[in-house]
Amino acid sequence: MKRIIFLAAILCQALSGCAHLGVKPWEREVLARESMQPDSHPLDTALDDHIYFSKEGTSGGRGFGGGGCGCN
Amino acid sequence: MAAGAFALLASMGCFAAGSSASLLDLNQYRGRVVVVDFWASWCKPCRQSIPWLNDLRARYGSQGLTIIGVNVDAERADAERFQRDVPLGFDVIYDPQGRLAEQFHVQGMPSSFVYDREGKLAQVLLGFQEARRQQHESEIHELLNHKATP
Repeated sequence: MKRIIFLAAILCQALSGCAHLGVKPWEREVLARESMQPDSHPLDTALDDHIYFSKEGTSGGRGFGGGGCGCN
Repeated sequence: MAAGAFALLASMGCFAAGSSASLLDLNQYRGRVVVVDFWASWCKPCRQSIPWLNDLRARYGSQGLTIIGVNVDAERADAERFQRDVPLGFDVIYDPQGRLAEQFHVQGMPSSFVYDREGKLAQVLLGFQEARRQQHESEIHELLNHKATP
């Protein structure tokens, strides 16, 4: 019986540990800032991405197209 | 067993929402169609939805439409700065701790809760899309046309 109570307590702890994960929709103030965007400079990202998939084309990269010329 | 675990979790305060009875009492608006709109200064679509709500209030206020804004900014100054850019034509309740938002189970920003004249929740508008503006407007108009049963 004690064992069941102990396991139940562990389970409750584990479940409640996840109860407060994340941010509520009305608490996204800081996350909504421009500087907090993963892609705060879209043009830079687009250029980097193009170089990345062009250079890595031969070994797969992010796709399988292209041979590294950067022309597609 | 499951019920017991649930009760234990509940008693640990995992699902407890703060009391916010003093912030907003919808009973005083019984007989009117009420829109409770949650907004924040950092919420981009709110810049579009608030002028729309201002417009609704100007056109339907005399027919029994009440709009109540609930601001969830942590800093009051942010909310006031926003209001200098986008003036609000309706009353605002400041809820920096998000107690009302918790109570209403707000799923996203902006969220509008529309209540009919009998005080029943008629619909929840999540986000703001220009394309659905007409549809929402006609739904609110329909609610206004229904007179409350005494």
